Amino acid sequence: MPWDRNQMAARAAEELQDGWYVNLGIGIPTLVANYVGDKDITLQSENGMLGMGPFPYEGDEDPDLINAGKQTITELARTSYFDSAQSFGMIRGGKIAAAILGAMEVAENGDLANWMIPGKLVKGMGGAMDLVAGVGRVIVVMDHTNKHGDSKVLKACTLPLTGTGVVDRIITNLGVLDVVPGGLKIVETAEGVTEADLRAATEATIVG
Amino acid sequence: MKKVYGSAAEALEGTLSDGMLIAAGGFGLCGIPELLIDGIVASGVKDLTVASNNAGVDGFGLGKLLDTRQIKKMMSSYVGENAEFMRQYLSGELELEFNPQGTLAERMRAGGCGIPGFYTKTGVGTVIAEGKEVKSWGGEDYILEEGIFADLSIVKAWKADDTGNLVFRKTARNFNPPAAMCGRICIAEVEEIVPRGSLDPDKIHLPGIYVHRLIQGDHEKRIEQRTVRQKESV
Repeated sequence: MPWDRNQMAARAAEELQDGWYVNLGIGIPTLVANYVGDKDITLQSENGMLGMGPFPYEGDEDPDLINAGKQTITELARTSYFDSAQSFGMIRGGKIAAAILGAMEVAENGDLANWMIPGKLVKGMGGAMDLVAGVGRVIVVMDHTNKHGDSKVLKACTLPLTGTGVVDRIITNLGVLDVVPGGLKIVETAEGVTEADLRAATEATIVG
Repeated sequence: MKKVYGSAAEALEGTLSDGMLIAAGGFGLCGIPELLIDGIVASGVKDLTVASNNAGVDGFGLGKLLDTRQIKKMMSSYVGENAEFMRQYLSGELELEFNPQGTLAERMRAGGCGIPGFYTKTGVGTVIAEGKEVKSWGGEDYILEEGIFADLSIVKAWKADDTGNLVFRKTARNFNPPAAMCGRICIAEVEEIVPRGSLDPDKIHLPGIYVHRLIQGDHEKRIEQRTVRQKESV
């Protein structure tokens, strides 16, 4: 059985180390926060906050307190606020240990496409290009194939790039792959998914 | 010098001209200069270029200036929440310059610090790098991005004293300080103007040197995505 969204998020949470400052993207990456357990993880919201808390209880929403997805959130005892220039200063300065992001396509050389589909409505890259260029480790969490069954793990991206050679590790519903010289290396497969299944669903070169 | 004005219209008097570049603070609808946007709508100034992370929503925030067709060009990182924006953009009535969010913030900060350009890794190898100078340090490529020098900055803070020292609240700070810094003239709107001496000097987020005019007023502070959790049952 391939992993579901929550299992992918739980697997991604295993990547995070105690003491890390981490940025989580929108979608499945947001769910990672539910699985960090006892680890001391500080979440960054790039609109200007370290120490992002959970959604507020009804009636406690504060219009001055939102995350990068514009959702109402809460603060924690450790929270600090700062402006957008400082926020991206810490991203560009390599202070954020890891970003966990969704993707449309990833290539075997670590290229990432997750912001634009030509011919479709383009909303913008937001902070994605800054994050992938600046953080210590970029972990992509996504379905292995699109809804037509085509691989999203490619030899080369077909969509406009968010960054070149930026992805370190890919976690999909089928397993975990690392970007290594020459292609991708299988780290593990989801329970019940064979290495042959993973290879069959992957267009990219798999080494080792 | 008196910085406190009675209304947005009074504060904007003499600062507006067709075709000017305005830097606006705010992220989504959080911490946006609602009152000054209304004042600019009322002024009728046109052909504006606006540097702002987002473009508001239909009928609120910068969306109001789009509805009246006063904006010619937006410099933004994400504009997905505004149907009228998309209509004008797809029909060619509105120009759009996408900036990565951190690049936009740093371009404002740099402009405010007298820095005409800086190199960044953000956007290397993407469409953002097209036509930009590339320079290598330590085997890594960086692209040249230019500082933004705005004719006018419009920002929103929580509190100010009458000398223009600003205090922001929570994530409503966002783009407001860098936007304020990069303007030749900066007008700030706040929820409350307090007498000098009543703000702790150690807790000023943006010193009054960056703020030339000030107004106080009520803010709607609309929430874009209201998300809540359920109270755990006992």
